[in-house]
Parts: sequence; structure tokens; C-alpha cells
Amino acid sequence: MEIALKYLIVFLVGGTFSFIAQVVIDKTKVTPARVLVTYVCVGVFLSAIGVYTPLKEFANAGASVPLTGFGSLIAEGVRRAVDERGLIGALTGVFSLTSGGIAAAIVFGFLASLIFSSKPKR
Amino acid sequence: MKKQEYIEYVEDRAKKSPIVKNCICAFSIGGLICIIGQIFLDLYSFWGLEKQDASTLASISLIFLTALLTGIGVFDNIARVAGAGTLVPITGFANAISSQAIDTKSEGYVLGVGAKMFTIAGPVLVFSTISGVLYGVIYYICTVIWG
Amino acid sequence: MKSQIIKLNNPPKISSTYSVVGHLERQGPLGALFDEFCQDDKFGKDTWEQAESEMQLRAVQGAIKRAGLSDCNIDMLLAGDLLNQCVGSNYALASIDIPYLGLYGACSTCAEGLTLGACLYSGGMAEYCGVVTSSHYCSSERQFRFPLEYGGQRTPTAQWTTTGSGAFVLGNEGKVKICEAMIGKVIDKGIKDINNMGAAMAPSAIDTLTRYFRNSNHSPKDFDLIVTGDLGYEGSEILKDLLLGEGVDIRENHTDCGLLIFKRDEQDVHAGGSGCGCSAVVMASHIVPRMEAGELKNVLFLGTGALMSPTTLFQGGSIPAISHLVHLEA
Repeated sequence: MEIALKYLIVFLVGGTFSFIAQVVIDKTKVTPARVLVTYVCVGVFLSAIGVYTPLKEFANAGASVPLTGFGSLIAEGVRRAVDERGLIGALTGVFSLTSGGIAAAIVFGFLASLIFSSKPKR
Repeated sequence: MKKQEYIEYVEDRAKKSPIVKNCICAFSIGGLICIIGQIFLDLYSFWGLEKQDASTLASISLIFLTALLTGIGVFDNIARVAGAGTLVPITGFANAISSQAIDTKSEGYVLGVGAKMFTIAGPVLVFSTISGVLYGVIYYICTVIWG
Repeated sequence: MKSQIIKLNNPPKISSTYSVVGHLERQGPLGALFDEFCQDDKFGKDTWEQAESEMQLRAVQGAIKRAGLSDCNIDMLLAGDLLNQCVGSNYALASIDIPYLGLYGACSTCAEGLTLGACLYSGGMAEYCGVVTSSHYCSSERQFRFPLEYGGQRTPTAQWTTTGSGAFVLGNEGKVKICEAMIGKVIDKGIKDINNMGAAMAPSAIDTLTRYFRNSNHSPKDFDLIVTGDLGYEGSEILKDLLLGEGVDIRENHTDCGLLIFKRDEQDVHAGGSGCGCSAVVMASHIVPRMEAGELKNVLFLGTGALMSPTTLFQGGSIPAISHLVHLEA
């Protein structure tokens, strides 16, 4: 039962992030690219004011998989690095927690380009 | 007809995107992708990974799946229905990179794939970095002032 | 005020036409009419740009052959496509030994080529003149929008670039002649949405059509068909609606190449086809053959083009548009 509730929360929170973006894209003239940029920045901001970490504890992947989660990881990395090393941490911490995802996206993207070619659309 | 009048006329009559359907699709597919992420997360935790690593590995798994689905030409069909449902999760970021990589390989691996991989995903990295650094500086100042 | 209508004293005839399309166009309502198609849209080439050139080459060669001519009979080729620097045509025609002029008019290029070709013929500068245009969904998507495998959603007013190339040989023989033409003006009504090019192009079609009707003694009723290419669904509706407001009723005899080429409900192409291959293949394989068969006598063909680039759009610019008119008579 507890696990079902946990997954339900993941679904609802993750879905809500997508839902809001869809409303903005369809209702306003904001392009998808701008929505994504806004999302990561909002993630950094929410993490900075201490809202996002509790949300991640509550919703798990529902909060970490959307791009706001990516933003919050950046903020978290920066915070830890500043705590440890002072001001230079503002620069060194940016990718300390996110490099896994970025490196994976680059590597898998590159591998995909080695293996696949683009196809005509139907 | 004046320019402004014409623009308003066009906007009035243009068929709007089916917003209710789009939102339902975005919500459910976005939620579903997070659930897949959670399954990975629980699985890696179950195998004894510590939480931060399990979470990173879960993201990496989603990125891998996205690159694969992009490569076999399935991802864009899902995204056509899902809209923001695939865009907002990390899958959108991974698709932007892998689709651009696959598409530009005809221009070579250095000037095509290498140079253009981040054409679409780049802004996300740039602005998240800038806001992250900005936050770091503010956070540092705060710690100096208040200890 | 000059009439701005080009009256061709020595009107050329369309001696032959030839069309080459991709698989989606082949599945469309006109599919069986096209002369050649390719199942994977690659035409045996490695890149989409090469595929487009190959398609255009096949169209030109097909039309010349069908006219019973060879390369040495053709005085000049007028060709165009959607790619930067017109490379689709440049590379296609590198292997052909015919003098060549590259044109850019976006989706209006076919009408632009026919207009110029007709003038050159009428003026005695050419005995036979080839006109060919092409567009390829995959190459233009890369240039104007996103990578092919990118997952994005289109709005209902977006148009789908046609994969196809249509070629015409203008000369002495043939049943269909080009008797008049009118060059379009650049009209910019401030539309900025690349997903609503029909709305950006409709005002230019209105401008050219009203100028034509004002300065000729024709009215819309004199024509069996007024074909625009390619306003799609949205642009066609705007055209009919606004022209009606000016007292010109073309609801009865208007059609649009972008609407003819796809099954709009089934093929998920939103507002219909676009691209300078669209009007070329529809004219080459549908309209002109119908005229030759005697089904249509008087046809107005309006090529409509949206003349933007991704750079100008990112800079906040609007989409200028142009419409060239060609009057065909069987």
C-alpha cells in the first residue's frame, strides 16, 4: 500500500510539472526552449530557497526527473562546494552533481550518431 | 487591412491546439516517465547503491533509453502526442542532444556532431550554470555575513 | 498606373512535365499520378541534401526525355529550391550540360520560374526552356526547424514540407499555353509565426489577385480553376474570406496545391503541404494533365512564397511573402 502511494505521488508530481509546461506552451507564445530554460532556473531558485529538497524527499523521482530537478542538483552542488571551499565553489560546484547526466547525454548522443541515421517521417 | 488588425484577425481565426487533450497527454506521459525513473531508482537502491548514486544512475538510464528511442526513430512519435510530457523530464534534454547528434553526422563528427550537439540543449546548460553560479555567489555572501 | 500584367505575345506551351515525389506524397490522394517516387525518400543517396538534388535531376531528365528532346536542345534551365544558396539545384544541375539560372522564391519558385521562362521564350531568347523546382521534407526541416528525430509538437496551422520535384519544358509544342503572368510584390503583414505560414502568405496572394482582376478585364468567373500553391488550409480560408470582403468571390473555383497533395485528416500534416516542390508536382501531374485532357480551359496559378530565414525570425522579424501569378490556357 505504502509503495503504491509513493508511486502515485511520483506520478502526480511529475505529471504536474509537465502539465504546467503544456499549458504555458499552448496558451502563450512562449517557445518550448524558453519554457525549459525557465524550468531549470526555477529549479535552481526553488532549491536555493530550500523548497525543492523537501519536495524531492516527498515526491522522489517525480521531482528529480523533470528539468527542475536538474536545476536543483546544480544549486545543491554549488551549496556544498561553497560550504567546503568558499567562493570558488560557486564555479566548481555547478557540475559536481550534474556531470553524470550531462556526460551520459553526450556519450549516448554520440553513440547514437555512430549507430543510427535519421529517417523520413510518416 | 492594417498590420495590427490583420494579426488580430489571424490569431482569432487560427485553430487552437487541442489544449485539453494535450494537457492530459502531457500530464500522464510526464508522470509515467517519472514512474519509470522511480522504478530505476528503487532498483538501484535495492542493489545497494547509495541514494545520490542511485538517483544519478536512474537519470542516466532514462537518458540511455531516450537516446535509443531517438535513434530507432520512435521518440519523436511519442513526443508528438506527449508534448511537454516528454519535454520537461530529462528525456527532453537527452532527445535534444541525441537527435541533433544523429542529424548532423552528415557534416562529420567534429564539425557536425561535435559542434552542433548542443544547438538545442545548450540554452538549458548556459542558463542553469549562470543561475547556479549566481546562487553560489549570493550564498557565499550570506555565509560570510551571517556565518 | 501601369497594368503590371505581362502579356505574352508569343506564348510558350508546356511541352512536357515530369514529377518525382517521396513516399508520403505517393500515399496521398494524387499518389498514382506522379511519375516516380522513392520509398525511403533517400533516392539512393547518403544525405538528404543529395537526395533532394537527385530528385531534381531525375525530374529534369524525365521532362526533357518526355518532350522528345535531349540536353542540347534546351537553351536554359530555371531552377530553385528551399535550401541555402540554392544548393539543391546547384548540385543537381552540375551533371547537366545546360545553361542555368538559380531562383529563390520559397514556395512561389515554380510560378517564378514559369513566369521568367515564358518571358524568355516569348522574347525569342529561348526555343526550349526548362523549369524545375524541388523541396525535401528532411533537408528543409533540418534547415528551418529542428533535427528530424527531435520530439516536438506542431500547432494545427503548421504546414508540412512536401518531398517532391516537378519539371516543365516550355516550347513550341503542347496543348497548354502560358498567356499571361504577373510578378508579385513583397507583402509583409507582420505575421511572425513560422507555424502559420499560410496566414503570412495569404495577403500577398490577395494583393496579386486583386491587382490582376483590377487591371485585366477578367473576373474570377472566367476561370475554371484558381490554384494557389501553397497556402494550406489556413491560408486558403483567409484568402477566400478576405477576398470576399473586397467583393471578389473565388469560393467556387479555388483550390490549393497544399490541400490537394495530402489527405489532411489521415496523414497528420496539419494545415497541408508546402515547399516549392508541392505546387510543382501538383501542377505537373494533376492540373496541367487535366488541362491537356480538356477538363479545364482557363486556369490561374498563384505561387505563394514565405521569404523568411531562421535568423530573421530569431531576431524578431516578421515573415514577408510574395505571390506570382501565371495564367494558363488550354
